[in-house]
Amino acid sequence: MQESKRPLNIVVLVKHVPDAQFDRHLSGPGHTLDRSDSILSELDEYALEAALQLAEARGGQAAGNMVTALTMGPEAAVNAVKKALQMGAYQGVHINDAALPGSDAAATSLVLAAAVRHAVGGGSGLPDLVVAGMSSTDGETSLVPAQLAERLQLAQITFASELEVHDDDDDGAVVVRARRDGDSYSETLEAPLPALVSVTDQANDPRYPNFKGIMAAKKKTVTVLSLQDLGIDPAQVGQDGSWTTVAASAPRPPRSAGTIITDDGTAGVALVDYLAAQKLI
Amino acid sequence: MASVLVFIDVPGLPLPRASRELLTIARGLGEPAVASPRALDDDVLQALGAYGVGAVYEPEGVLPDVLVAAKAAFLADAVRAAEPAAVLLGNSFEDREVAARVGVKLNSGVITDAVAVAPDLSVTKSVLAGSYTSTCRVQSGVPVITVKANSVEPAPADAPAAPERRRLAVSHAGPAARVTGRTEKRVSGRPELSEARVIVAGGRGMDGNFGPVEELADVLGGAVGASRAATDAGWIEHSAQVGQTGKTVSPQLYISAGISGAIQQKAGMQTAKVIVAINKDPDAPVFEIADFGIVGDVFSVLPQATEEIQKRRS
Repeated sequence: MQESKRPLNIVVLVKHVPDAQFDRHLSGPGHTLDRSDSILSELDEYALEAALQLAEARGGQAAGNMVTALTMGPEAAVNAVKKALQMGAYQGVHINDAALPGSDAAATSLVLAAAVRHAVGGGSGLPDLVVAGMSSTDGETSLVPAQLAERLQLAQITFASELEVHDDDDDGAVVVRARRDGDSYSETLEAPLPALVSVTDQANDPRYPNFKGIMAAKKKTVTVLSLQDLGIDPAQVGQDGSWTTVAASAPRPPRSAGTIITDDGTAGVALVDYLAAQKLI
Repeated sequence: MASVLVFIDVPGLPLPRASRELLTIARGLGEPAVASPRALDDDVLQALGAYGVGAVYEPEGVLPDVLVAAKAAFLADAVRAAEPAAVLLGNSFEDREVAARVGVKLNSGVITDAVAVAPDLSVTKSVLAGSYTSTCRVQSGVPVITVKANSVEPAPADAPAAPERRRLAVSHAGPAARVTGRTEKRVSGRPELSEARVIVAGGRGMDGNFGPVEELADVLGGAVGASRAATDAGWIEHSAQVGQTGKTVSPQLYISAGISGAIQQKAGMQTAKVIVAINKDPDAPVFEIADFGIVGDVFSVLPQATEEIQKRRS
């Protein structure tokens, strides 16, 4: 019964990250990442696709569903939101404040938690779902989704490879169901809404923005928020407000090529000789 | 001396190498104590004692079978009880999430992917998929640190301790996802990819046949890895994927078979101690970082190596 399903309010976390196709660099006093050549994190495309599919299954924007792409970062980070709007997100939110650079996961999750509430009900409410990628492809700590779940007191399902929202006909409760695959087992999971879900790159095939999507994106709203809008003290964020600090960083010495041989029919034996000489067998 | 609390989930016997590594690191920093989310058998307690563990914190009852939230609530309670100088966890996805939530509960900084922890609790970690090394510090609360496997050589204590059990009443976990079903996968007998000391990984060049990769991995006691091309093609399960969007690994030996070595793949394994690469294409980028490279056909080189190892051992 399509019409009986209540619409979902979904916030998707998106991030503008340096393209991993190229070498990446840390620089400056805070050892922060050089963010030129940045793109929408590939792993966030799966999160957005998952959100769009859930909303479309319930009638999309016309039926009152909402899909908001949310990012935090400097001026150029809005490009991640714009790409998300081209792919189909209904609206965007960009948190941009001069105090933010150098924020660690704890400070980032503090700001995102306030922004999620702001994006939904002017600070009062929670969305039905927060959807994130399995990891950012820059910081790679995987801390932010779990910390956001903790701060917002949301049930957390991470690394989902399948995802559905199910309406329980008996008591009207809405739950999210997911599957995830560990190394030694596969689990099915269920959480009541509101919940936070992170999805893997197995969850779906993200759509490409088409011409219609690109044109439509120009008319969509991107709300820019400052820390003041969110009621956050700048002393709680940035390098000074973070709970961790980077004291030093250095590129790993480049690996140099070692011995290269061409197989003359005995390379397998030569390999074993090499492993024996390295005391690896 | 202040304690260092190590979170160990399900430490069956023998104690996994990764757990023994954490206990060894903890002993170098203070007096090791363990927080275990379920009650431990006496023989496990004794095995922990051999690593110098003086106290084991356990929940008073059975924790609910929910994702992360209950374990995080328990560990936060254990930290409040133990008042340690630092908290150490493994670097698995779940351990990092437990660390993440404990950090918020205790206003404590969390550092992941540690490869070394100094006596002053400054942490060396690898970042940007192993292309950089950084030194970090926690500047708020009790440092919560997740440590990568293969970071130290595990060593028992000079004198074993007799750990004291301390049972904790655990705070409410808050909203959480329930586990509604769990299917064990076929047990391969191989080590976990993220903890393995030897990994043999196959890529596009395996052309759908991972047999030679698996046979060499088994004769070396190693794990099987794969490039994204190989997992996307369905030749091997997705959890075997090494690289930017899969697992980052740092084994003693990484053998790359039929993988060209695009930057994302390299990113996942460039902290391996020794890299061996086998590829038909002499221009494959993987040869730029290989300690030992073979330009040749994986279907002749791998079986020959497997056979040679078996011959030398017999």
